[in-house]
Amino acid sequence: MHPFSYVAPKTIDEAVAVLEKNGTRARPFAGGTDLLVQARANKWDLDTVVDIKKIPETMSLEVSQEGLTIGSGVPCYQVYNNEQIKKEYPGIVDGALIIGGIQIQSRATIGGNLCNAAPSGDSICPLIVYNAVAHISGPSGSREVAVEDFCTGPGSTVLQNGELLVKIVVPKPNAGSGTAYQRFTPRNEMDIAVAGVAVSVQLNNNGDDFESVRIALAAVGPTPILANKAGSSLSGKPINDDSISEAASLAKEEASPISDMRGTIEQRKHLIEIITTRMIKEAVKRARG
Amino acid sequence: MTTNTTNIHIRTKINGQSYEFLAPSYMSLLDALREIVGLTGTKEGCLDGNCGACTVNMDGRIVDSCLVLAAEMNGSEIETIEGMATSDGLHPLQKTFLEEAALQCGICTPGFLVAAKGLLDNEPKPTERRIRHWLAGNLCRCTGYDKIVKAVQKAASDN
Repeated sequence: MHPFSYVAPKTIDEAVAVLEKNGTRARPFAGGTDLLVQARANKWDLDTVVDIKKIPETMSLEVSQEGLTIGSGVPCYQVYNNEQIKKEYPGIVDGALIIGGIQIQSRATIGGNLCNAAPSGDSICPLIVYNAVAHISGPSGSREVAVEDFCTGPGSTVLQNGELLVKIVVPKPNAGSGTAYQRFTPRNEMDIAVAGVAVSVQLNNNGDDFESVRIALAAVGPTPILANKAGSSLSGKPINDDSISEAASLAKEEASPISDMRGTIEQRKHLIEIITTRMIKEAVKRARG
Repeated sequence: MTTNTTNIHIRTKINGQSYEFLAPSYMSLLDALREIVGLTGTKEGCLDGNCGACTVNMDGRIVDSCLVLAAEMNGSEIETIEGMATSDGLHPLQKTFLEEAALQCGICTPGFLVAAKGLLDNEPKPTERRIRHWLAGNLCRCTGYDKIVKAVQKAASDN
């Protein structure tokens, strides 16, 4: 591994100061499951690794009346083993459970998955449909960015020099809502999505109409995609096969995949239509309880 | 610009024994175990988190030691393959791996054993499905996995 120095600041201010001073030659280090692989491949001219896991704010995992707070240093297993999160945020658990295998989940973080900004990142689409917000600290203070706006391309994000993702806040879902995420992979575990879909539905009081729906697509574009047309097509519609298949076909149109070793354009678009249909139905099922 | 690497002072427990040493700031937990501590039972495979050959237990969770920095060992408790057998003999998993012929070349075996122990320590009676899911992060190119799964099932049935 190319030599780098290691620092483990105890406060956000210290971490930001090191990141700002070293610019692109410093990287925040949470689970390391992407960072150390990329460091070995010399993806960056890495000078300093900033371990963020000694900072209390990045290690917080809280479920409150306002919502769910996931510190950027919290590993996946802590998220999916939390009984309250399983019950109230099943879509987040759907994603956290399928990132890598058990060893990876001991270390890999949701925050790192977001900052790595892979179009296939399994935790990103669930965050998007839950309307999650990224809380960022930097040299000029703190700011908040909706997760749907966080990724700007494969491996690139809105983070500027010296900025650190501190936590992700997921608003508490309303009654009558349900969320689900699924991906297609040839292997059940230890694989990267060929295509994935997260759906969040808000049903009306009777539970027979869609009030609002959010749909996000993984691995079918340069970033995870919020499929606005597909989601909004369901507003006020009755829950039936016609409305669901119309939304799924719009999601297929909104997908703009490439062909690569994992799948072709045609296969990925087909998968998006199928998985969107299934996830809308699953989200409705969860909304009805 | 020259990188200002440092040696990190580490105090850690490995297989119940205390260790204190200096490790380069960019060294992995895997390399620290093998090259500084001299415990070479933990194997290097892919170096990118796919194969699980370097699996060790860190503070109660199995991890790929190639994707952990030595610096993070400070204050932590590590269990490696060398800690599985005791003066009383082999660990039950080591016995059932031998009985079921769950290894051929043996390179993946320390990782599988440490991973399987991590499962049985917390879930003494896992289903076959659960065992296969838990061990998905370990690759074996010899056995075809069935014998490994059977060995874990056999160890679990004695629990």
